[in-house]
Amino acid sequence: MLNFILRRVLVAIPTILVLIIFSFLLMHSAPGGPFTSERPLPPEVMANIEAKYGLDQPLWKQMYDYVIGIVTQFDFGPSFRYKDRSVNDIIAQGFPVTLTYGSIAFVVAVVSGVTLGAVAALRQNTWLDYFAVGVSIGAQVLPNFVMAPLLVLVFTLYLGWLPGGGWEGGQIQFIILPVIALATSYMASIARITRSSMLEVLRSNFIRTAKAKGLPSRKIILGHALKPSLLPVISYLGPAFVAMITGSVIIDVYFSTGGIGQLFVNSALNRDYSTIMGITILTGVLTISFNTLVDILYAWIDPKIRY
Amino acid sequence: MALLDVKDLSVEFDTKDGTVHAVSGVDFSLDKGDTLAIVGESGSGKSQTVFSIMGLLANNGRASGSVTYNGQEILNQPDKQLNRIRAEEIAMIFQDPMTSLNPYVRISDQLAEVLMVHKGMSKKAALAESLAMLEAVKIPDAKNRLNMYPHECSGGMRQRIMIAMALLCRPKLLIADEPTTALDVTVQAQIMTLLDEIQKEFGTAIILITHDLGVVADFCRDTMVMYGGRVMEYAPTVEIFDAPTHPYTRGLLQAIPRLDIETEQLNAIPGNPPNMMSDMTGCPFCPRCGFARERCSVELPELVQASPTVKRACHRPVDELVTEEAPA
Repeated sequence: MLNFILRRVLVAIPTILVLIIFSFLLMHSAPGGPFTSERPLPPEVMANIEAKYGLDQPLWKQMYDYVIGIVTQFDFGPSFRYKDRSVNDIIAQGFPVTLTYGSIAFVVAVVSGVTLGAVAALRQNTWLDYFAVGVSIGAQVLPNFVMAPLLVLVFTLYLGWLPGGGWEGGQIQFIILPVIALATSYMASIARITRSSMLEVLRSNFIRTAKAKGLPSRKIILGHALKPSLLPVISYLGPAFVAMITGSVIIDVYFSTGGIGQLFVNSALNRDYSTIMGITILTGVLTISFNTLVDILYAWIDPKIRY
Repeated sequence: MALLDVKDLSVEFDTKDGTVHAVSGVDFSLDKGDTLAIVGESGSGKSQTVFSIMGLLANNGRASGSVTYNGQEILNQPDKQLNRIRAEEIAMIFQDPMTSLNPYVRISDQLAEVLMVHKGMSKKAALAESLAMLEAVKIPDAKNRLNMYPHECSGGMRQRIMIAMALLCRPKLLIADEPTTALDVTVQAQIMTLLDEIQKEFGTAIILITHDLGVVADFCRDTMVMYGGRVMEYAPTVEIFDAPTHPYTRGLLQAIPRLDIETEQLNAIPGNPPNMMSDMTGCPFCPRCGFARERCSVELPELVQASPTVKRACHRPVDELVTEEAPA
């Protein structure tokens, strides 16, 4: 197992390098640059600025310096947009916000999704099943850009219970609405996957054996059906968790949380090369880490998988 | 009083295309220590018969009739009631040992939980008893086996484990649903020998479901031949083999390849098993039967006592056809 983890980490290094090179080249191949504006700057000024950020260097040299900066000093460079802030500052400011509401939304989505899916499967073709399926379809077809304004409309404008936006250091009343808006569609997917995989497991031969052994249904479900039912859910959860904690533009924009999703889009619009790179690499590293974690969980659940 | 008494048992399945009559009006009974074989082609209703007894029908299945165990009705009882019978009184082993054990749970846990639930044993005592049972079914190196997962064992080994699991509570009746179908021939023989020894040692009554008539001849006192969800013939095994009188039983016996007779071709029963969806008038075997006459296609033959020991459902049994010509 340790061997496997070590191998995964070693493979991750070239993967991340390729990720860096690709996103770097993609950005630089698009016309324009961070300092292009409607009113062109005088050429001398432009040359000065470009020299300051190293943009006058050949592309391979820029990339080389960038990678070296990350590897040796964990420095993602200065922001091309905000003169007084580095990319490290920007991530340090935005990431905790999305990490907070993303993690909470993740827990909410997993707990409610798995419960909903399992109940639906165990009571297949009863009103409980139809209710659970109905709720998850409803949650699935309501995209978060519809969900978010609806929540604000109901809970802020009509009921006046919760603030419609802001973060204020992550006080609870500011977290609730973003969490709900983010969690619903994930909950729906998790419920659907849980339901269908559990239905399949419940029809399998070894569940019939468990019944023939005269086990009470609680023991059959918890002891025999739950683990295999969760395998497909877990493979979905890895990428889903990363997507949730690296933020959603829509949630950040609607609720003005100042999270990393909004920063990412802004930096793309502003051609803020180093910020885009920084956030891309962060997402990449997280994705690779959580996929590895999922693989480890798989081996733990399924004895047939050994690395 | 019989150990197990099955009366007029029928099983139906509701499907999108209509109702499937998987089992219709099956009667049989079993005394303590008896051995009964249920024989028939795939889809003849033999498995569904025993599934309904154990309360293991799929959700869309319905059973009617009566099944009593020691005089107590067990058909269609709630799980809570059945769980006192399952494993403790009637245990079951299945056709496919590869998928019938839970691949995600250690063998030790799968065995021990039976004793912990039914006998209230501690985990430690249950494990010790499980180990003893694995040794009783002749699993080599049982102590290590106990800590393995099913996929680490061969098919024959897994079927032995299934048998050990079924015997843990010393049930009075063991139902074996094609226990050797998924295994290769040498292992089949070992498993059948094991079942034979168990029957003798523990005095367990056994219902053996199979389509392998060779197995039946050695092992079971009585044989019940099923076709199209109905009992065709129900008699002591010796009589069925010595002088088969039902055309279907004859067909089955003739279909066994023989080494002592040189032939070009295997003898198969022509045609296909009936569609269980349609309401049958007449004998289900009629379309494939070489002896059939007008009456067979319109009037369902009742299962009647043809001789003191043989029950048979047929209008044209072979032993009554002496004056007529044999079919082409």
